[in-house]
Amino acid sequence: MRQKKSTEITVGLFVALGIVALVFLVMKVSNLSAFNDEVGYVVTAEFENIGGLKTRSPVTLAGVRVGRVESINLDPDTYDAIVTLNLYSSFDTLPTDTAASIYTAGLLGEQYIALEVGAEEEFLKDGDVIELTQPALVLEQVIGQFLFSKAEGGGK
Amino acid sequence: MGMIQQLGQWAIGTVERLGRGHLFLFEILMGIPSTLFRFSLVIQQLYSVGVLSIMITLVSGLFVGMVLGLQGYNTLVDFGAEESLGVMVSLSLVRELGPVVSALLFAGRAGSALTAEIGLMKSTEQLSGMEMMAVDPIRRVIAPRFVAGVISMPLLAAMFSAVGILGGYLVGYGLLGVDDGAFWSQMQTKTDFYDDIMNGVIKSIVFGFVVTWIALFEGHDAIPTSEGVGRATTRTVVHSAFAILGLDFILTALMFGEV
Repeated sequence: MRQKKSTEITVGLFVALGIVALVFLVMKVSNLSAFNDEVGYVVTAEFENIGGLKTRSPVTLAGVRVGRVESINLDPDTYDAIVTLNLYSSFDTLPTDTAASIYTAGLLGEQYIALEVGAEEEFLKDGDVIELTQPALVLEQVIGQFLFSKAEGGGK
Repeated sequence: MGMIQQLGQWAIGTVERLGRGHLFLFEILMGIPSTLFRFSLVIQQLYSVGVLSIMITLVSGLFVGMVLGLQGYNTLVDFGAEESLGVMVSLSLVRELGPVVSALLFAGRAGSALTAEIGLMKSTEQLSGMEMMAVDPIRRVIAPRFVAGVISMPLLAAMFSAVGILGGYLVGYGLLGVDDGAFWSQMQTKTDFYDDIMNGVIKSIVFGFVVTWIALFEGHDAIPTSEGVGRATTRTVVHSAFAILGLDFILTALMFGEV
């Protein structure tokens, strides 16, 4: 009987250890913790081009993460991308003329949305639209423009 | 003519074994409900299959993670991307190495023991003895071991991955001086719960199922002599390794491939 009890205890420890390992993987390693972000408010922004932006890409303000991209859709009328941003409720004092731009972390890194605050007195609320947006920089276009202007300059 | 006859013999033998194996699996699955009412049998087996495999899993996981940290750093530093070490370590462990290597270890540590145990029970006629006493050996002996194997494997694989990531962190942060904030945050942004972790868990459940099945079948099907049991034990490890690696390719293609 005693033997059996110690077996049960070690098996219990084994299962607990396995579950702890799984929880560690889920909470510490994966981005599931990002799903449980504090509930925030949702604003949308229209971009001409979003480049490589994905859902759950970070939204930053002065480099600080203030939310994430919730969904990306296409406006069938204007053919612009409509990006829905979920912003943490603790950052609810963003002026209504806040601008959103899509930047790249590093030269080839992940793309994210950077917010720049404006000067309006009123603050963005749930469901508002960010009017001032700057599309993602597409490397090929930049290179193309550079080569084009180079060729023009060389002709003179 | 003799060659062709041998080939035919081999083919018939293989197909017969496959058929017996599947019938055996069917019997096990039918026996599972009754073991759930006698869960103490499963706990006993969880101890010998799972608990006794913890040590080898944890130690190997730690070292595999540390090696991944070292090797990954050497490659990534050329691109100035040593911050991505965390992603590399976590993805390779959670997606591939965790389930696969721990399943290989599991086959070597627990699978071989299961085969030897069942094979010896058969050769000492304990299984027939049970049948004489109207005790179904499948329900009493085989099914609890099967359930224990399927439960243990994902837990062991999770431990392997978790310890491996800690090992990679120890090497990356402690030895090589990778920024620990970047290590964890990059890992968290790039490792997806469903795509990576859940798929790894599914893989390890499949491996646990297959390895335990092979081990139990080999034991049950062993020629009841000391030589036969020895051969069956070897076959368990070899066939499990084949099955794990082959299935891993198929599962990876299904889960992560664009095909």
